[in-house]
Amino acid sequence: MTIVMGIETSCDETGVGFVQDGVLLGDALASSMDEHARFGGVVPEIAARAHVQSMLPTVRKAVADAGITLADVGAVAVTAGPGLATALHVGVAAAKAFALSLGVPLYGVHHLAGHAAADTLEHGPLPDRSIALIVSGGHTSLLFVRDLVRTPIVHLSDTLDDAAGEAFDKVARLIGLPYPGGPSIDKAARAGDPTAVKFPRPLMGPNDPALGFSFSGLKTAVARYVEKHPDLDVNDTAASFQEAVADTLVTKALRACRRQDVSTLVVVGGVAANSRVRSLAQERCDAAGIELRVPPMRLCTDNGAMIAAIGDLLVRDGARPSPPTLGAIPTIELSSAQLDALSA
Amino acid sequence: MLVLAFDTSSAAVTADLVDVSTGDTAGTTVLGHEQWLGPHGHSEQLTPTIAACLDHAGHAPRDLDAIVVGAGPGPFTGLRVGLVTAAAMAEALGIPAYDVCSLDGLAPATGTVLVATDARRKEVYWATYADGRRLTGPEVSYPVDVDAGAATAMTGAGARLYADVLALPLLEGEHPSPAALVTVALDRLRSGAPSDALTPLYLRRPDAMVPKAMVR
Ligand SMILES: [Zn+2]
Repeated sequence: MTIVMGIETSCDETGVGFVQDGVLLGDALASSMDEHARFGGVVPEIAARAHVQSMLPTVRKAVADAGITLADVGAVAVTAGPGLATALHVGVAAAKAFALSLGVPLYGVHHLAGHAAADTLEHGPLPDRSIALIVSGGHTSLLFVRDLVRTPIVHLSDTLDDAAGEAFDKVARLIGLPYPGGPSIDKAARAGDPTAVKFPRPLMGPNDPALGFSFSGLKTAVARYVEKHPDLDVNDTAASFQEAVADTLVTKALRACRRQDVSTLVVVGGVAANSRVRSLAQERCDAAGIELRVPPMRLCTDNGAMIAAIGDLLVRDGARPSPPTLGAIPTIELSSAQLDALSA
Repeated sequence: MLVLAFDTSSAAVTADLVDVSTGDTAGTTVLGHEQWLGPHGHSEQLTPTIAACLDHAGHAPRDLDAIVVGAGPGPFTGLRVGLVTAAAMAEALGIPAYDVCSLDGLAPATGTVLVATDARRKEVYWATYADGRRLTGPEVSYPVDVDAGAATAMTGAGARLYADVLALPLLEGEHPSPAALVTVALDRLRSGAPSDALTPLYLRRPDAMVPKAMVR
């Protein structure tokens, strides 16, 4: 019934989407990625300035894509956290202004819950129990998900240091490949031998946290290798590094599936676009009899549609709206999909 | 016409509801005023402050004909919250939004005056005015580098903070008045000009360093 507007500004993407009863009506995205390229990573102040410039054009594009008018909107959902504080403030301010002006309820939501909800727009509702691996430049998290909005989401593990996507960026820089590192390493790796260099598999020892991730040690191993081999083969190095990351991610994700006794793995986030992560996950899921769900790329990376999706679930569940004093919550563990000032 | 004006460039979040006469008689009447004070929390408090301002005057957002917003200079997060709020409200309500330099909202209607606010980092945001019209600025600089021109008095938190360096008689005035911003935007309001681009007056480039590994 209700058309839910979703707004996402937690990092460098300005995303706006419209969802109604689990169906994506339309969305639009703007990115400031190019402006960060020469800094080798996202600069919060640059991202925030770009969000201000992109907000209205993105809203207008999404409205046109959905074939609606803003007057049709019945609720507004926004990423309240976690993310870059300067960037989050822009989306939260816009969402609150839309909600106030349109006279509709406001829902502050958790960014990671949005990622987990993204796949429902493509493949329908999630089963009763599933594991979500959220892997991007900002996060590397394993979640145990039951009902996305009714049951607390169990945050099984996180990276202890760098996010997987961050490791791709840093390693790309080390071996002279362009930013962002994910696509450029993926491309170089296709021409390389993944067994050429034996890079360590981080946190895979018997005494390490079974579901934990860590990528800074792997990055250091690549740095040491680069130092020792000035005339290294870029493609082989890229392929071997990528294999180490994919192996670690998929091993831990399947371990989580076994531990929680679930038969569905959802992989989302920018790194889900990596061809080796996808193929290795498919291979091992097939072997283990686990259904692998990966939404299409445009729903994998940060976007407004996924925030509208979680908002839509909250609205249909009759959730209490967030207070008008909702603010940005830059650091917050995921326990429930909805975030507001009261839970901060 | 009913105009909502707000400013988030200082430590205050201020909203005014102003009735602007559209006839020959130039006139503005303040129908509502709401202010929230605090160094942080602009993003939390702006829409509640706007809602209270409208509510206390017996109006709803749909009654509005235009929006005027202070574009700074000031702390960046506050400016972004103010301008994106103005943009989103205008879009949702189908009305125009205009931006005005926030320092204009501190300038007295008469006299030649320096307006200076605290820019932190030992600097001030400043501009000079004659009878309410801006002559120079806005700029950001160290107090010692401010060119006050013919100003015979000064106002604003930056003027008070660096009174010894700026050395002009200090007038009262701390936070920009949204109602005063409306008078600066009167021409645009009365002519029904299209919305402004609503870009914050940052006056400073983002702090960002190119990492060493990429410089070579
Ligand atoms: Zn994300």
